[in-house]
Amino acid sequence: MKLRIFVTLKPGVLDPQGRAIHHALGGLGFAGVEDVRAGKLIEMEVADATDDAQIDAMCRQLLANTVIENYRVERA
Amino acid sequence: MKTAVIVFPGSNCDRDIAVALEAVTGVKPAMVWHGDTSLPDGLGFVAVPGGFSYGDYLRCGAIAARSPIMRSVVEAADKGLPVFGVCNGFQVLAEAGLLPGALMRNESLHFVCRDVKLTVADTDSAFTRLYDADETVTFPVAHHDGNYFADAETLDRLEGDGRVAFRYAERVNGSARNIAGVLNARGNVLGMMPHPERRIEAAHGGDDGRRLFEGLLETVGA
Repeated sequence: MKLRIFVTLKPGVLDPQGRAIHHALGGLGFAGVEDVRAGKLIEMEVADATDDAQIDAMCRQLLANTVIENYRVERA
Repeated sequence: MKTAVIVFPGSNCDRDIAVALEAVTGVKPAMVWHGDTSLPDGLGFVAVPGGFSYGDYLRCGAIAARSPIMRSVVEAADKGLPVFGVCNGFQVLAEAGLLPGALMRNESLHFVCRDVKLTVADTDSAFTRLYDADETVTFPVAHHDGNYFADAETLDRLEGDGRVAFRYAERVNGSARNIAGVLNARGNVLGMMPHPERRIEAAHGGDDGRRLFEGLLETVGA
């Protein structure tokens, strides 16, 4: 089973990287970009028997730092 | 005092802190590899050094915090052993859950490498007891991810409980409330981004950092 795990900064946590991307897009002349937030996409191949609790544990224990990040899991 | 320095792949301040510890304690610290599963017996103090453990992959300190030796470090800290994390070591201790909050990319996005002025915000801990309250000290910083973040409630609690050990006296990296170093609830774990181990003798440009280690030595006993 393929998993796609999106790790994103929590709302309200300052994202200097997103801000720099936003600024650079403005510099390229793209108008109307209102906000940019940068995150991570982690793709994994796991055994089909891997259950939700295990996936959630992987996210909480390592893949995301829940002090500052949220995560969302997509099963392909 | 017997001390230990944890060494991860990518640590690069392990020798700096080993030299500082030997200068203050008179005893060469044990260098403990990240893959080891236990700490040497009879330690008075453990240091988690600066560097770029595991190439800062995933998040700074994230992989190092899950390495085998860190389980022993967390257990020892829970029993009261003083643990000091500097720079990447602070990131590792935060990722390991020994300290609250997280270290994020500097707000400027630039690597900051220079001397900074700090205010000693708490003088009750074993680490800061030889400093004067509100004293200004100068330590070097060298980091890309030192922007301390915690939610407002946590920050209020840290400040209320005297757990902010050092504050930047100037804007350095965007840290919440200018926090440069924090203590755990029990006061035996300190994490800070600036490098006191690089300021222990006149040849370093000053010795403001020396008292941090001397305070520990006094507390733990030679």
